[in-house]
Amino acid sequence: MRYSAFKILTQGLTGNKGWKPVWREPDPKPEYDIVIIGAGGHGLATAYYLAKEFGITNVAVVEKGWLGSGNIGRNTTIIRSNYMLPGNEPFYEFSMKLWENLEQDFNYNAMISQRSILNLIHSDAQRDAFIRRGNAMFLAGADAEYASAEQLRQELPFLDFDNARFPIKGGLYQRRGGTVRHDAVAWGYARGADSRGVDIIQNCEVTGFDIENGTCRGVETTRGPIRAKKVAVCVAGSSGRVMAKAGMRLPIESHVLQAFVTEGLKPVIPGVITFGAGHFYVSQSDKGGLVFGGDIDGYNTYAQRGNLPVVEDVAEGGMAIMPIIGRARLLRSWGGIMDMSMDGSPFIDKTDIGGLYFNGGWCYGGFKATPASGWCYAHLLAKDTPHPVATEMRLDRFKRGHIIDEKGQGNQPNLH
Amino acid sequence: MIINHPLLGPRDAAEFIYLGDASLIDRPDWQDEGADEKFYEYGYLRDNPAGEHQELWYHEQGDRSWLVVTRNTLTHEISKVELARDVARARGRSK
Repeated sequence: MRYSAFKILTQGLTGNKGWKPVWREPDPKPEYDIVIIGAGGHGLATAYYLAKEFGITNVAVVEKGWLGSGNIGRNTTIIRSNYMLPGNEPFYEFSMKLWENLEQDFNYNAMISQRSILNLIHSDAQRDAFIRRGNAMFLAGADAEYASAEQLRQELPFLDFDNARFPIKGGLYQRRGGTVRHDAVAWGYARGADSRGVDIIQNCEVTGFDIENGTCRGVETTRGPIRAKKVAVCVAGSSGRVMAKAGMRLPIESHVLQAFVTEGLKPVIPGVITFGAGHFYVSQSDKGGLVFGGDIDGYNTYAQRGNLPVVEDVAEGGMAIMPIIGRARLLRSWGGIMDMSMDGSPFIDKTDIGGLYFNGGWCYGGFKATPASGWCYAHLLAKDTPHPVATEMRLDRFKRGHIIDEKGQGNQPNLH
Repeated sequence: MIINHPLLGPRDAAEFIYLGDASLIDRPDWQDEGADEKFYEYGYLRDNPAGEHQELWYHEQGDRSWLVVTRNTLTHEISKVELARDVARARGRSK
């Protein structure tokens, strides 16, 4: 069924009795061309683009919980392509271009809102670094815009411009950045993949890999074995757990990132504002809640909850840069598990085991990457060569010395 | 989280800096056969287990000792805290 304004109108007039389930709930078949592990944003996007762009529809997406139950439903919904390094920026700009056409492409309302993202500047050195990054963004075809402190005083009068420790000296805008209704991304991709014949199999946990003579022939699951010509792991947050079943160690640690939402308020924040120096970023959802967060907790964990010191740190950052937030009441907070990689950048690659592919290591930036990650992973699975914008996202890059370290922090995952 | 420091007693985890897996104590010998491969694994690959995990914490806002904390990554429960010095010596290191 194709969604349209006309459909809503006719359904509204006929008691909304004609809506059908958005996807099927099939039982697993004994064999597929490709089995994707993880029905999150990236896994579903991979299945969608495999079917739509590469014509491969004999595909199953297996999921241990329910569709979209991982980080696609636990993030702060921001999209942007404001990276610097050549291994990253063309990929994220590709993703941004896919976001811009996504709703028309999969015929689903994902509430994509390019309401801008702003990185605040507090010193001359930071201004130099941000302008350099802006120029790198231009090179990849993205947009960037320097804003002076005077301009920001007009646009965002509620910020604390004369903060003693971090006075605001300007900012770097990406006007095409913004927010998306995150769950709808999973649902839209799931619907698009399902309607093209992909089996999305929920409540089906992978318990092991069927590996013969160095080649992966399928997976063992709680709903029985499924054979596959190719197995595509796509479980960021749980990558360490899943790949351990294939006997692989990864350049990844799992960490928790917390996020927070206040009660609904009248519109006050036009776009996304990041206060990196103070470990704080904030936007306002369409329902009015201020959505904000800060740094990861910083220790290995698979628990989807954090600890109080980081709650305090984020609240302090918020109070420092926009004191009006102190009048808002916190409605809820939650944590999501991040694959923190050794250089802060992700992986879309084959593994040393034949027929086994890996997508992960997205750190706290997986949501914005969803469309490009799916497209590039589908490209790799279909053609066995990496997509041109994802050639550097290799698992062996540390061994070869070709790291993609945006912040220059070295192999310390909790600092990226 | 509260870390029960072997010398100072229970301390708030916020006083500590987290480094990572306690396997970082076992630095390879640069003169070993295949040292390049060993250093790659030492520097970049991690077990990253879901469950019991031995890890290095540094008491920066305290006595600046390094600790090996055994903690469950699913529950955050800490079952054992040792001085990293004692752990390293038990593994045959001179200090």
